Amino acid sequence: MAEQQANNAGAPKGNARVVGWCMAGVVGMFAFGFAMIPLYDVFCEITGINGKTGGRYESTEVAEADVTRTVKVQFLASNGPGMTWKFRPVVRSVDVHPGEQTTVNFYAENPTSEPMVGQAVPSLAPSEGTLYFHKTECFCFNQQPLEAGESTEMPLIFIVDKDLPAHITKLTLSYTLYDQGKQVSATQNSRKETTTNDNG
Amino acid sequence: MAVTGVFMSAVADTHAQDHHHGPAKGISRWLLTTNHKDIGSMYLIFSFTMFLLGGAMAMVIRAELFQPGLQIVQPEFFNQMTTMHGLIMVFGAVMPAFVGLANWMLPLMIGAPDMALPRMNNWSFWLLPCAFLILVSTLFMEGGAPNFGWTFYAPLSTTYGPPSTTFFIFAVHIMGVSSIMGAINVIATILNMRAPGMTLMKMPLFVWTWLITAFLLIAVMPVLAGVVTMMLMDINFGTSFFDASGGGDPVLFQHIFWFFGHPEVYIMILPAFGAVSHIIPAFSRKPLFGYASMVYAVGAIALLSFVVWAHHMFTVGIPIVGQLFFMYATMLIAVPTGVKVFNWVATMFRGSLTFEAPMLFSVAFVILFTIGGFSGLMLAIAPADFQYHDTYFVVAHFHYVLVPGAIFGIFASAYFWLPKWTGHMYDETLAKTHFWLSFVGMNLAFFPMHFLGLAGMPRRIPDYALQFADFNMVSSIGAFMFGATQLLFLLIVVKCVKGGKEAPAKPWDGAEGLEWTVPSPAPYHTFATPPEVK
Repeated sequence: MAEQQANNAGAPKGNARVVGWCMAGVVGMFAFGFAMIPLYDVFCEITGINGKTGGRYESTEVAEADVTRTVKVQFLASNGPGMTWKFRPVVRSVDVHPGEQTTVNFYAENPTSEPMVGQAVPSLAPSEGTLYFHKTECFCFNQQPLEAGESTEMPLIFIVDKDLPAHITKLTLSYTLYDQGKQVSATQNSRKETTTNDNG
Repeated sequence: MAVTGVFMSAVADTHAQDHHHGPAKGISRWLLTTNHKDIGSMYLIFSFTMFLLGGAMAMVIRAELFQPGLQIVQPEFFNQMTTMHGLIMVFGAVMPAFVGLANWMLPLMIGAPDMALPRMNNWSFWLLPCAFLILVSTLFMEGGAPNFGWTFYAPLSTTYGPPSTTFFIFAVHIMGVSSIMGAINVIATILNMRAPGMTLMKMPLFVWTWLITAFLLIAVMPVLAGVVTMMLMDINFGTSFFDASGGGDPVLFQHIFWFFGHPEVYIMILPAFGAVSHIIPAFSRKPLFGYASMVYAVGAIALLSFVVWAHHMFTVGIPIVGQLFFMYATMLIAVPTGVKVFNWVATMFRGSLTFEAPMLFSVAFVILFTIGGFSGLMLAIAPADFQYHDTYFVVAHFHYVLVPGAIFGIFASAYFWLPKWTGHMYDETLAKTHFWLSFVGMNLAFFPMHFLGLAGMPRRIPDYALQFADFNMVSSIGAFMFGATQLLFLLIVVKCVKGGKEAPAKPWDGAEGLEWTVPSPAPYHTFATPPEVK
């Protein structure tokens, strides 16, 4: 017994220290799991790798179109789960010169007998081109309310940056339209508001 | 804080326990025990039960895939089987088996009277049956069990999962708590309870590999808890972590999951590395070749495991720089792994080899794990991965590292230490039969999957094109053979517990370590007086 007590003399204190450090590690790693979300958002915003296009673009200089290059921009429109609207681009694709401002329209119709609000979320492929695709005006910046049976054409004004890497000759912009309920603002929670602004 | 309270009283209690020498009688012995040997046995029995249950689910999968077309089960149920098989084998069979081995062997190997935190030890075991009761009960719920694969990718699991997904999340939380407590206990035991004279670089390799595994568990199990918590909030509380319509990102799920998931696969193999590093020297009658390099190799593998996760998701659209980084980082892991394989082979080189069951399983471990490692290298090649991704090639790869890796490592350990646990020798003839049937069955089951995958058969689908029929039938026959053989293991262990040739304190003449200095079976309390390590 004597030897054993000698052996374990400092153990309870030592155990408390080890457990303390381990618990700190556990709590820290749990927090790290959640910290990955803002980290990921920042990382993707800088690199553009997840295809999320940026917010409203304000040009600082009068850009001159680079007429020597032509880039094909294709448009896709699809509905999120449960969304019943008719939603499609008016033109499927346009050929643009980098630096030139282009306007296209998307058609949306609410065929139901209820007023509804939609929110479009964009995604660009290839993701490498995300940083070079600027929108000066987009329907995706705001929520779109439609009365029962109403239809509308929603504008998108964009500029393809002249610095677009040379090997990219085609960009595909896809929108997914999500059902946001019946009212634009009253039912909005703060997270959805932020989202709307962020999504660009 | 409640946790701290419990362990403090547990520590105070260890001294009181030394006064009575035998186990308590009846069921309360098992419910209330704080003895590392009892808890180790319970972990091992629980793990084997889960192994049979997960195995039964694999049998359903292979029976359905025996022939093309839908034969036995509906696709919905098939998906539940693949999901539950994976979850049960990973969290219910392999991980608890290693915790059981750790409970039994760590105190004996480092000359400690028990684990450092015996009451927390009891708690972390008894959480497991609760977690798995919840998980398995989802099979009987409306909408069925989780059916989205063991990787539970969002939004398949959040938006499209069955209602039972919330129970699944709760079960994962409980398993996570159990694993974390087990890991803390292992670290506290190894750091504080070593016999005088046992410096870190004199620790047996099983102790080293478990120490590193425990650190991996503490680093990644909280991340798993975090990701399932996010799922829980997305499903029930209207958040949008992984929902694009609310500004979230489903790809983010995969990043967080695999940040946990890749270290997790090393959690399932490192303790096996440690056990095999005891068994091969014992039956080669030579000391282990390159002890220090083994320790550093395990450390290197553990560190690298944190920076390779995206090799599981090359196809989600990672930029070329990212693909190159994760490709080379993954290939780099082959270097420390190669060091380990070299050392095991070098240990056998010119040794006086005998091939008892533990050695047979260990040699098969080295050979077959290497095959699994090579297919892993093939998968690491980013451009080629686009062809292999989500095919049976991946299934073949991870079964080659987990079945002859983790599972054979556990069988080898069980046969190696059974005489110490039970005081009897197991039936060598039956054990060798168990090995050969497992070896043949396992290779028959999983080797054809390489060809199926390269030819394009996707995983997790209950039906397949006709050209895959022959290989699938061979694979199913192998799986039935492997599955049935495991009942033989149950028989061998029961027979060994009940009787058999008396085992001496050290039944293997080449074996080394403190565990062989105590009598067989190991008394209920060992090393009340710490041994001196020179």
